[in-house]
Amino acid sequence: MSVRRLAPAEVQPKEFSFTAENLAWAKQQIAKYPDGRQASAVIPLLWRAQEQAGGWTSQKAIEYIADLLGMAYIRVLEVATFYTMFLLQPVGKKAHVQVCGTTPCMLRGSDDLFRVCRKRIHHDPFHVSADGDFSWEEVECLGACVNAPMVLIGSDTYEDLTPESFEKVLDGIASGKPVKPGPQIDRQMSAPIGGASTLKTAKA
Amino acid sequence: MLDDKDRIFRNLYGQGDFGLEGARKRGAWDGTKAILEKGRDGIINEMKASGQRGRGGAGFPTGLKWSFMPKQSDGRPQYLVINADESEPGTCKDREIMRHDPHLLIEGCLIASFAMGAKACFIYVRGEFIRERERLQAAVDQAYEAKLIGKNNVHGWDFDLVVHHGAGAYICGEETALLESLEGKKGQPRLKPPFPANMGLYGCPTTVNNVETIAQVPDIMRRGAAWFSGIGRQNNTGTKLYCISGHVERPCNVEEAMGTPLREILESHAGGVRGGWDNLLAVIPGGSSMPLVPASMCGDLKMDFDGLAAVKSALGTAAIIVMDKSTDIIRAMARISYFYKHESCGQCTPCREGMGWMWRVLTRMAEGRAHKKEIDMLFEVTKQIEGHTICAFGDGAAWPVQGLLRHFRPEIERRIDQYAANPHPEPVRVAAE
Repeated sequence: MSVRRLAPAEVQPKEFSFTAENLAWAKQQIAKYPDGRQASAVIPLLWRAQEQAGGWTSQKAIEYIADLLGMAYIRVLEVATFYTMFLLQPVGKKAHVQVCGTTPCMLRGSDDLFRVCRKRIHHDPFHVSADGDFSWEEVECLGACVNAPMVLIGSDTYEDLTPESFEKVLDGIASGKPVKPGPQIDRQMSAPIGGASTLKTAKA
Repeated sequence: MLDDKDRIFRNLYGQGDFGLEGARKRGAWDGTKAILEKGRDGIINEMKASGQRGRGGAGFPTGLKWSFMPKQSDGRPQYLVINADESEPGTCKDREIMRHDPHLLIEGCLIASFAMGAKACFIYVRGEFIRERERLQAAVDQAYEAKLIGKNNVHGWDFDLVVHHGAGAYICGEETALLESLEGKKGQPRLKPPFPANMGLYGCPTTVNNVETIAQVPDIMRRGAAWFSGIGRQNNTGTKLYCISGHVERPCNVEEAMGTPLREILESHAGGVRGGWDNLLAVIPGGSSMPLVPASMCGDLKMDFDGLAAVKSALGTAAIIVMDKSTDIIRAMARISYFYKHESCGQCTPCREGMGWMWRVLTRMAEGRAHKKEIDMLFEVTKQIEGHTICAFGDGAAWPVQGLLRHFRPEIERRIDQYAANPHPEPVRVAAE
């Protein structure tokens, strides 16, 4: 485990509240859980708040969600600091790049992807690039090991990367013309390269 | 090789339509009502007869697990919770089910919930699977719309299905941590007993099953327990999704019979070990928590529960991480230790403190910057972590290190000698940090 703290006061926004659309969505979510168990919705709501706020979770967002769910601030703060997908400091405006570095990706060359991040974005993780557009971090296994090495950017995974194709992915995001997510080589999802060895007789 | 007609996941690679129409063409939702008419005991007995063991790692017999749920409700609702928090390094099978064959999972949820008297089911998807979650939710919406699930559905068993998600905590794959997380708390495992079958989600009887386990249920019911138990061997029946990653020519997911030899799986589906079979150094056969198996023991290794227990490892999630001779094995295992350090929930001292300690020592050993006596010390520490924590996370983090020390001690010693033979300005540190 690691120590995770909220961003310093000077970067914290003054307020947070859901847009009308997100608030309606949040009420739907809360209704999915039994009466009196609305705390169950805390992770989905915090996640939606993070998406709305541009990719990171502020103190005001935590307090807003706590008020919405009738939870003590400390309970929501615990959740926000425990789960590592809640990013507690500002991230790149265009993308926060999460590079998987766990052993299966490491064996297939994730070290090279980190080199690209250090060169192109910032030497250190969780630092926003000079133009403010990108930031990166090393994350633990993202569960696409047969398509290693891979990164998660926003909601999409980019798989089977090489330093060159990773640069192309980043170029695409920088220029506003993102490449297609998924495997970046000629490959059907998690089937073997060159075509599946099974399911040949099955009709699609 | 397993015949295509015996495969359960016929849209494994997303070549077809994931939606209701495509799933129906592949046989999903066929005769589900007739399956429910077998009754609770009928279904549980069929599951017991199939010999299916949980696909999530521990390998507990599914039918037996279901039978632990109270037959008569004491007024509390009963729940089925699906563990889709697939985070074990090397494992990426549930992801394919959720994004390419979600209706098998949904149908399985209905059957399993009926067999356990549960009126509601929660699927806990790991937070990073965002697109997969959207797919699954789309399929759930289709099933609601077609009245396959929900109130007053065509199957006559009122049943609600909620897709829930986490936010990046490996520990939430542990069933009681998952329940804590689902209740909106930090994912820290609970002491057992009470077991979830008595006191689970919201204090109510709950069963937690893996995605693959439940997605296999409809086919087991349709084709019969005898079909399923006819594949593989006794105690190791059925088919299994294997995830083959690392140093093979063509990494892939594939469904194969339980007990298929490792070499056959690698060579017939993944193009074999990079540089040929003789270039194999070791495999981690069941996700990162399982001890590695060196190449010398891989020759006729059968990939099932008993086959791997015979080499002091385990099937786990059947995620095969292949490492060829170019691998820095100590660094590879140090990285796994780092993973556990990062993911420890911090509740139990041996785990919280031990994970970082093991990682630091292994990192030094990877450079050779260590003392030989520390190898025994490291082994002793793993033994002090194993079995001394609330959940099995401590065991799962200790085993890979034990596997390394058991099979690659000479390599560690060689590296220490090499380091010691060269002059260095800094003294070698001793593990007391």
